[in-house]
Amino acid sequence: MDIQGGRAVKGVNFVGIRDAGDPLELALKYANEGADELVFLDISATIEERKTLVPLVERIAAEIDIPFTVGGGIKSVEDARRLLQAGADKVSLNSSAVLRPQLITEIATEFGSQCVVVAVDAAFQNDEWVVFVKGGRESTGLVAKSWIAEAIAHGAGEILLTSISNDGTKNGFALDFTDEVSRESSVPVIASGGAGSEEHFEALFNNTRASAGLAASIFHDGLIPIPQLKKYLKDVNIQVR
Amino acid sequence: MIAIIDYNAGNVRSVQNALTRLGYPSAITKNETEIRAAEKVILPGVGEAGSAMRNLRNSGLDEVIPTLTQPFLGICLGLQVLCEYSEEGDTPCLGIFSNQVRKFEANEIVPHMGWNEVRAKEDELFRGLNSPSDFYFVHSYYAELSADTSATCNYILPFSAALNKGNFYATQFHPEKSSTQGTQLLLNFLRL
Repeated sequence: MDIQGGRAVKGVNFVGIRDAGDPLELALKYANEGADELVFLDISATIEERKTLVPLVERIAAEIDIPFTVGGGIKSVEDARRLLQAGADKVSLNSSAVLRPQLITEIATEFGSQCVVVAVDAAFQNDEWVVFVKGGRESTGLVAKSWIAEAIAHGAGEILLTSISNDGTKNGFALDFTDEVSRESSVPVIASGGAGSEEHFEALFNNTRASAGLAASIFHDGLIPIPQLKKYLKDVNIQVR
Repeated sequence: MIAIIDYNAGNVRSVQNALTRLGYPSAITKNETEIRAAEKVILPGVGEAGSAMRNLRNSGLDEVIPTLTQPFLGICLGLQVLCEYSEEGDTPCLGIFSNQVRKFEANEIVPHMGWNEVRAKEDELFRGLNSPSDFYFVHSYYAELSADTSATCNYILPFSAALNKGNFYATQFHPEKSSTQGTQLLLNFLRL
């Protein structure tokens, strides 16, 4: 769930951000419907250089009974501590980890690798998957695979892999890219960006080693309710809860 | 009152949130008197075994915990420190359970993170739950199987998903993060 100004929002290819509802209401609805994990990304936190909305995290953590990852604007061990104390189970680092990879190590040393997710936003450009930061606004020139290997070496416990090229399009996950990354990763990879149908999840789990699939638009828009998606995956023999 | 032991491990707040949702008042504490007086005691945990044991020793709780007689629940790292020994940081632990705690082979995806099936024996903690039921795991170390194993899970190899010996219960998974089935398990513990 992308958050901006205290509201759930969603864009296409990271632009054209529109309102998607009240984050607490949506969080409760998804937890009750059988979502396996909730990821909450304050997408404007880095840009506006303000702290993630700790009180909102507190309210959501108090209500939901599934794993809860929070990201956006985390620049120090203290920022991470504040969110974990507010009830987040994991923190997700993006721009600040690219800027200073040592931050991954510092947070992993303090709280364990299992609570450090490194979110990688990548777009396909000139035959390469390139890492972007600041909510997809700025290219780093880094090749995604090399950055991911470095992030894992620094102590990342999980990779949240988003294809900017697919995000919000509902045309399917970036399968080849996800396969390449997940095959080489020693930690779980969550694939994100492009989910538009049940078949897209089936293709993800049949064609890549991704441990999980993340979706937002299809749930926010009520296109595919979570129970329906899970039933579909069970019927095609993909192990789901 | 439920005592949640404070030993600088993470995840304490999640456990307290779950108890609050269920209507059970709790206190996060390292105070011996408060812990001894509690109806139930929970040792939560996310963190590293060596520093967890150091923190327990520093507050003298390594001596207190084995003498407690009320129902006691260790969660995740809380299960591992109740075992005899952990490979993590080459750490002698509390020895309530005779199990050894080992690291998962590194050629697989580690940590074991996500939902997985748990098969339980006849055990009061799992009353009313289907076997298998799915629970949420996050861990890189596991307790081997032993006579105290009350539920098993399979990841790379079969390991102890839950342990029980007398008043001591422990789960490797996080019931406070395991949706309705986790809530049922916590309620089973709270009603012991």
